[in-house]
Amino acid sequence: MTQASLGESVAQKAIHAAQNNGVSSSFTRTQPLWLLAEVTYRCPLHCAFCYNPTDYDKHTQNELTTAQWIQALRDARKLGAIQLGISGGEPLLRDDIEDIVIEAKKLGYYSNLITSGVGLTEKRIQAFKEGGLDHIQLSMHDITEEINNFITHTKTFELKKKVAAMIKDHGYPMVLNVVIHRYNIGHMKQILEMAEAIGADYIELANTQYYGWSLVNRSQLMPTKEQVDEAEAITNEFRAKSGSKMKIFFVVPDYFSDRPKKCMNGWGEVFMIVTANGDVLPCHSARVLPNMQFPNVKDTDLGWSWKDSPAFNQYRGDSWMKEPCRSCEEKEKDLGGCRCQSFLLTGDAEAADPVCSKSPHHHLIQKAIADSENPALAAQPIVFRNDKNSKKIIAGEFKELVAEFHALP
Amino acid sequence: MENQIQHTDIYALAPHHRFQWEEAQQNYVILFPEGMVKLHGGAGEILKRLDGKVTVGEIAADLKATFPDAVDIESDIIGMFELAVSKAWLRKV
Repeated sequence: MTQASLGESVAQKAIHAAQNNGVSSSFTRTQPLWLLAEVTYRCPLHCAFCYNPTDYDKHTQNELTTAQWIQALRDARKLGAIQLGISGGEPLLRDDIEDIVIEAKKLGYYSNLITSGVGLTEKRIQAFKEGGLDHIQLSMHDITEEINNFITHTKTFELKKKVAAMIKDHGYPMVLNVVIHRYNIGHMKQILEMAEAIGADYIELANTQYYGWSLVNRSQLMPTKEQVDEAEAITNEFRAKSGSKMKIFFVVPDYFSDRPKKCMNGWGEVFMIVTANGDVLPCHSARVLPNMQFPNVKDTDLGWSWKDSPAFNQYRGDSWMKEPCRSCEEKEKDLGGCRCQSFLLTGDAEAADPVCSKSPHHHLIQKAIADSENPALAAQPIVFRNDKNSKKIIAGEFKELVAEFHALP
Repeated sequence: MENQIQHTDIYALAPHHRFQWEEAQQNYVILFPEGMVKLHGGAGEILKRLDGKVTVGEIAADLKATFPDAVDIESDIIGMFELAVSKAWLRKV
């Protein structure tokens, strides 16, 4: 799946939008308002920047059944879930998305299919429309066939253009997600022009965040600071000039910030993910964390999982913090950043996110940036996200790539 | 001003936006791709009255009649319309 659905930005956008004139200034902070259903890890694309777990191959034979998904939707709705992302992998590899959509509509979700477009046919989109799916978010990769096909390791460029037209024809808002990395960051203006030309209503320019496959390929994917600055400037210029109604979200890459992101808008605050095999997580990559037992919908009540499970309470609020976060006057702004990133890079899940310039591990981020500018590292082959490579990682291969990160896969 | 609200204006929810009561939150929300806003009671009362036919002036009159104890709600109502239009939650009919 794309990184668009790293829905932390969604809740934040909504909070920013609501400030005065009778609109509340904050959410009820104890409900899983956003439910992400990662219905399968199978995927026809092999994107180098995928954040899915590198050991996803373990979870392709034990997916939840349709009935289990429907029960999970019902239970989450009772807890207050309202925005539903149907994602993966490629969700369209399951043939029951139509049933999931119908149930979501019945329950009052605002539902979003997050797709590469592969497998979206006239028949299926018609069924989604009739079933009440609210929108479709399509991943695009570049304006050039060459980069699209390279980074996804598939020949999908023409197909994506066709699917975009199909989405528009069916009266859906067109929401595009483009994950930004070294190979397409130089095409920002052209990407925005393409989005406008095909009638996009929203475009999310999501700078790669480094988890899962993208972490393994970090040195090959990371753009330079200058490239990121230029991309942001081009985006701002386009926004100011175009006068179009297209809403553009530019997700800033945290490696080039002084302060970390408020990951998932806070652990267990507004986000809940149910994975293909039923694990219930507070964020996409939480399973990398050590000594954590995440609940599973197959055997655990979802209300308990959200409210009472030790895993969801582990990093709620700020009482778990160590220095320098604990006494930091900015701690409420970012809640110490991302637990997974801290653990993957420092080996300590409770350490400050090394993105923060106050972190004693900040040099790790600086080293990663330096590595990305090292031609020898940049020239190493990319490990594409596919079943074969996932099996290899499970079997302990690619040791030299994984060793640097404490918990991969 | 671009978003000047007139009493004779008629507004409706923008395409792809949905307005609904949320039992778990005990408030109204507007839902749209990639986001949601939670509405306080007053804002919910306004949105609830939009049907693509009724004017801003009629909504204001109705709200004043429904909530006779509320002080100076007229400017709040106009303010809410201004915000909702500037955020593109509403479109002019």
